[in-house]
Amino acid sequence: MANLNELKLRIRSVKSTQKITKAKQMVAAAKLRKAEEAATMARPYAERMEAVLANLASGVGDLSNAPKLLAGTGSDKVNLLIVATADRGLCGAFNTNIVRKAREAIVRLQGEGKEVKIICIGKKGRDQLKRLYGELIIKTVELSEVKKVGFANAKEIADDVLARFEAGEFDIAHLFFGKFKNVLTQVPTEIQVIPAKAPENAELPDLAGAIYEYEPDEEEILKTLLPRYVAVQMFRALLENAASEQAASMTAMDNATRNAGDMIDDLTLQFNRARQAKITTELIEIIAGAESV
Amino acid sequence: MAEKLKFSLVSPERELVARDVDQVVVPGADGDFEVFAKHAPMMSTMLPGIVVVKDGTSEDRIFVRGGFADVTPEGLTVLAEQAILVEDLKGDLLGEQKNAANNDLQAAQTPEENLAAQRAIEVLGRL
Repeated sequence: MANLNELKLRIRSVKSTQKITKAKQMVAAAKLRKAEEAATMARPYAERMEAVLANLASGVGDLSNAPKLLAGTGSDKVNLLIVATADRGLCGAFNTNIVRKAREAIVRLQGEGKEVKIICIGKKGRDQLKRLYGELIIKTVELSEVKKVGFANAKEIADDVLARFEAGEFDIAHLFFGKFKNVLTQVPTEIQVIPAKAPENAELPDLAGAIYEYEPDEEEILKTLLPRYVAVQMFRALLENAASEQAASMTAMDNATRNAGDMIDDLTLQFNRARQAKITTELIEIIAGAESV
Repeated sequence: MAEKLKFSLVSPERELVARDVDQVVVPGADGDFEVFAKHAPMMSTMLPGIVVVKDGTSEDRIFVRGGFADVTPEGLTVLAEQAILVEDLKGDLLGEQKNAANNDLQAAQTPEENLAAQRAIEVLGRL
């Protein structure tokens, strides 16, 4: 009977798919551990940097003399969206969620009559944004060749962004990425990187009445610190993204494996029923044949 | 025994040192300076150079390529763009750093960048 053979083939194909999703899940789990570790190791630097910046920014009373990276260009006409996604799929709605968040921002900004430019980090984000906003994308960075995201990668991207800022190509830069909350939740997040915003909740050190001294001077320090701050935020976003991607991939593949398991159970049941029906029919035929003799 | 200084040295990729020490020499932009416990709060940019960490009789030397030193009443934090233990800095790694410093010198546009690159070459040459 053709039906039986068909079922057998389908069961076999679902089984091999399950093997693949299972393998991918285990790979993601192993990579997740590493990515999470990298994200954790990078945290102290970013946190200290934030504290230093908050400290400095609080010292700068008059924003009009501050560097443009902190004070802004005084306009908000041109917005740059840096959308960081993964280079690979198979990670559920991870990329889509980030892109959706970015798309909402684009619609909002365009509704306000502002100009939008996009830099894509990661292939998947570009593929999804290309359809609607292809002409807005000014650059795509692919990190699929990079095995482990290092600070140098982040710095390269940040330097490019800063050069564009210096050239007056945009006024405000937003960065979109998937924040890693835990294995089950990744939150698509938007942060403003230029002009730099010092975190408001950062606690300032208690100076006990002493006066902070700056060497060579505040302005000089701000001038070197701000570009680095942008690079650090970029680096952090990349690391969080890497961890989020693996976590999302792991969850998605876990679901896929389970689905495949359910499907195999269903198909096996169907197969057994069909086989039983076939045997019963054959028996009835034999008995009916014997009786008629 | 004098009071200890809380010292931490972090690079973007990881935290290299976080412990209590006696004294740290920092290659500041306006010259090297030493930090003991209860130093007045200050912040300085750093030139490429060697951070020397002294604790009792032990002494650690760490090569840093630019960054910031932040002295608060709580302690000293060094934010280094890149930090490598001097004892690890040999062979290929040393050559790599020398190349990077030379490239920096070529690409330097401001007198400050030029100075920083020259310092890096000089410090690396002495190792």
